[in-house]
Amino acid sequence: MLNPYEVREDFPILKRKINGHPLIYFDNAATSQKPRQVIEAIKSFYENHNANVHRAVHTLSQESSELYENAHEEVAKFINAEGMEEIIFVRGTTEAINLVAYSWGFHNLGKNDEIVVSLMEHHSNIVPWEILSKTKGFKVKYAEVNSDGSLNYGSLEKAISDKTKLVCLSHVSNVTGVINDIKRVARLAHEHGALFLADGAQSVPHLSVDVKDLDVDFLAFSGHKMLAPTGIGVLYGRREILERMSPFHGGGEMIRDVSFVQKTKRCSITWNELPWKFEAGTPHISGGVGLMEAVKYLKRLGMENVRTHEEMLTRYALSRMEKCGEKIMIYGPKNASGMCGIIPFGVEGLSSHDIALFLDNYGIMVRSGYHCAQPLHEMLKLASSTRVSFYIYNTREEIDRFIEVMTEIERF
Amino acid sequence: MSIVEDYVARTDGTCGKDKDVIVTFKYDKKDDAIKKILGKAKLQKSIAHIIFELTFEKVSFRLYGSGKAIFRNMKDKDELNNILSQLLS
Repeated sequence: MLNPYEVREDFPILKRKINGHPLIYFDNAATSQKPRQVIEAIKSFYENHNANVHRAVHTLSQESSELYENAHEEVAKFINAEGMEEIIFVRGTTEAINLVAYSWGFHNLGKNDEIVVSLMEHHSNIVPWEILSKTKGFKVKYAEVNSDGSLNYGSLEKAISDKTKLVCLSHVSNVTGVINDIKRVARLAHEHGALFLADGAQSVPHLSVDVKDLDVDFLAFSGHKMLAPTGIGVLYGRREILERMSPFHGGGEMIRDVSFVQKTKRCSITWNELPWKFEAGTPHISGGVGLMEAVKYLKRLGMENVRTHEEMLTRYALSRMEKCGEKIMIYGPKNASGMCGIIPFGVEGLSSHDIALFLDNYGIMVRSGYHCAQPLHEMLKLASSTRVSFYIYNTREEIDRFIEVMTEIERF
Repeated sequence: MSIVEDYVARTDGTCGKDKDVIVTFKYDKKDDAIKKILGKAKLQKSIAHIIFELTFEKVSFRLYGSGKAIFRNMKDKDELNNILSQLLS
């Protein structure tokens, strides 16, 4: 069992007051707060081990390299990858998807090909593909969503054909919190000879994710949504696919040799081994260290416990919000077991930003707007939405307080 | 420094179908800003001195006790600055 009151003790920021009220942080789908252990690990890195990785023979560089490599190993174990060769550190989910688009898509997608995404995707799983399709001429097909924001599997199955080379789908919607059956979709993609990319930005921080069990070819996720600092994220890729892919960025670290050939007056280049082939330049070493500590923290809590706690909070919040008043509308499914700690809602007569500003007055932080998922809002005929999203340190009492304030706002 | 620069910490366009602008007043000036605005704009309704629905020169906006305001349907930055200058002067 996860005890959120004990967990809260590890998060210094939760002691803050905003506008005279205790901070209630319900914007976890945007970014999570950071525990003392992660903050300390980053501080300790800079105070004791800071040096560039893989560049020097001195002690500090060796320590720094070891920490950075251990971070890859820790993440690999966390998602049950084969090893650190399959773990590429990037800035976040957006960069991870762009890496696949340019390193794989650029060389493997052409005029007669198709890729399939869904209308519930975050812009980061739409825009890279639309940009690349303009150059390469392949078709981007969109699977539809149902009126409650859940994935229309019939539409997805219809969209996938033997022309499909890649299927990209979020594991969990960042707007509705709905959990997609990506194992089923991966199987479907593979039956047609396509690869499958899962956007795990909203799932890896909250669920036990096993890349082998799910049979995904790529999994993209961000560190900052799972207790780690911003600017560090992960692309998991199946080793044999990564081996065949070209590098994303060129520069130091990602090469084994750059040799000037007199005869051709050009440089001959050989790539470094995995995962470094995809990590050009000096990496975000302290971010990697922070991510490693974040993963250790989540492992200590147990991802099953994280899931149980968040499901309890979601169920409780849904039941309280449904009784809150006629003006409050919950968008999306209302089945906590199929959701991942995210509830989008609106209040009749108020914009999502009005609701967020009102809650902010009481120290309650929520998100408003499109949440970088404009097509989904258009499909659901919403001008925008307000979103509450929970994590390990949130409590039922915070939800009670949120409901109290919502009752106030309903009077407006 | 203009009066707007004197009082306003930042302005942000909102994300969503309606292109609104959120104005955040400087922390040490917010109480003064709220007082001035409430003195000039017409109050439509309010809840517990937390949220005020106001109109001024045919522009409707909401002001929050935390020192933020949300302006609707602003044509451009000049229009917003013009309204704010009048409200804060």
